[in-house]
Amino acid sequence: MTATKAPSEPRSQRAVRRPGDRIFAGSAKASGIFILLVLAGVAAFLVSEAVPALTAPAEDVPGGEGLGAYVAPLVLGTLLGAVLALLVATPLAVGIALYTTYYAPRRVATGMGYVIDLLAAIPSVVYGFWGLAVLAPALVPLHVWAADTLGFLPFFAGPASTSGRTMLTVGLVLAVMILPIISAISREVFSQAPALHREAALALGATRWEMIRMAVLPYGKSGVIGGAMLGLGRALGETMAVAIVLSGGAGATLNLISSSNPSTIASNIALRFPEATGLGINTLIASGLVLFVITLAVNMLARWIVNRRADFSGAN
Amino acid sequence: MAKRIEVSDLNIYYGDFLAVEGVNVAIEPRSITALIGPSGCGKSTFLRSLNRMHEVIPGARVEGKVVMDGQDLYGADVDPVDVRRHVGMVFQRPNPFPTMSIYENVLAGNRLNSRRMKKSEADDVVERSLRGANLWNEVKDRLDRPGSGLSGGQQQRLCIARAIAVEPDVLLMDEPCSALDPISTLAIEDLMTELKDRFTIVIVTHNMQQAARVSESTGFFNLNGVGQPGRLIEFNPTEKIFSNPDQKATEDYISGRFG
Repeated sequence: MTATKAPSEPRSQRAVRRPGDRIFAGSAKASGIFILLVLAGVAAFLVSEAVPALTAPAEDVPGGEGLGAYVAPLVLGTLLGAVLALLVATPLAVGIALYTTYYAPRRVATGMGYVIDLLAAIPSVVYGFWGLAVLAPALVPLHVWAADTLGFLPFFAGPASTSGRTMLTVGLVLAVMILPIISAISREVFSQAPALHREAALALGATRWEMIRMAVLPYGKSGVIGGAMLGLGRALGETMAVAIVLSGGAGATLNLISSSNPSTIASNIALRFPEATGLGINTLIASGLVLFVITLAVNMLARWIVNRRADFSGAN
Repeated sequence: MAKRIEVSDLNIYYGDFLAVEGVNVAIEPRSITALIGPSGCGKSTFLRSLNRMHEVIPGARVEGKVVMDGQDLYGADVDPVDVRRHVGMVFQRPNPFPTMSIYENVLAGNRLNSRRMKKSEADDVVERSLRGANLWNEVKDRLDRPGSGLSGGQQQRLCIARAIAVEPDVLLMDEPCSALDPISTLAIEDLMTELKDRFTIVIVTHNMQQAARVSESTGFFNLNGVGQPGRLIEFNPTEKIFSNPDQKATEDYISGRFG
């Protein structure tokens, strides 16, 4: 692009470089490099601290059966809670976003936007106590019902917990926590769906819902996926709320409603770290490395999904 | 198919603002009617009132009657969605759905009618519509590609194909050529001349040569000043409008004199 690329050409024109441009380009590049450095630093720390646990003999790792056996239930617990939260929150968030952008009267929509955004401002400790004190007891009947009627599914095999401090409750608390993130991003992309295409749909005789299906949802799809991934990231890494609500620490199980649940990586680290010593610390950090890799993989997967049909995205 | 439209005492509002006042006109079937006039005179607003697209804008409303073959489009029991399924529209800027293929774009309107269509039937509609829009030969080998990959003129013809795929009674065109080069414009004008055998066509244009070339009747809209409502000043056969108009304002506009 610039003359620096082809210095050997005799008649190469030197583009005028204004100081403002240079400063802006430099600072933008510096910001980009900075975030990569931070990421690399975190990764390097995790790897270097995790190495002792990775190389230690299996019987020295807490639990005595090696790192894999220690981390596996935590990974399962983390994924179960986060995926449950995502499954509950995404449709709800898309519905809220569509309601505020295309159905609600403008005054109601603005007010609702504020209230939803406020959900994001509540500290996770508060969510944790709310989950423990209010939601968990309130959900006990649901647990019993699920065990009775859906018991044939491994997720609801029971026996139903009597305290409600289960993976199901955690998933629902997490769903409330990630709801504002997904709905805020969805709302932004939905409101930017081009009037040109919305009118094209209406002029073909689309009802409002058909117009949304033809012109708004396809346009906003990548934004919704992006928002869902941000929410998933928060759900995967959520520590306090899970640590408070979940009575975890049991082995790997898909059962969402019994009183023996696997813990999650982040809450396990928070609960065990104060008393951990030596190899115990390395093991916890190794589990943190696993969480880091999971989050990275999830984000790359999301990006791949979004880019798969880039031709049809409307960006060209 | 093609239907006659009778408009009587039509007032069009944006909120409290009266944008177009007192339009009375009869639009003949199987012909092209052109609407000309300066910017902001309400010709596009009037056009959008013919398929009830005007009221899509918050606060926008209409008083008066638009009767199509005996039925008032603004009657109490008339669903605007039904009106739009019978009155197709082509917009100023080509707007194929970017997330759909060319094939799906053509069928977008048919899919809305939620009729189950056999694959062969759908193929027929696509080919017939694209042929009708003089686009078939250019796109038949890439029907599964996105419509947004076409040139501007091709995109506009794709939009016309999409509008005629549902066999509407009337086709409204809001400055369909203003974003196109002269060659694409000519292609669309030829297309309009072919389509008028089957549809009632109403076109808004800023290009007076275009109005003179393609239309049978022409309406001239004007307004007295900013903030004043637009009015239909004169409606006559195109030949008369461009050679010997009844109104002085029309003559001034056509000959490039204002004031």
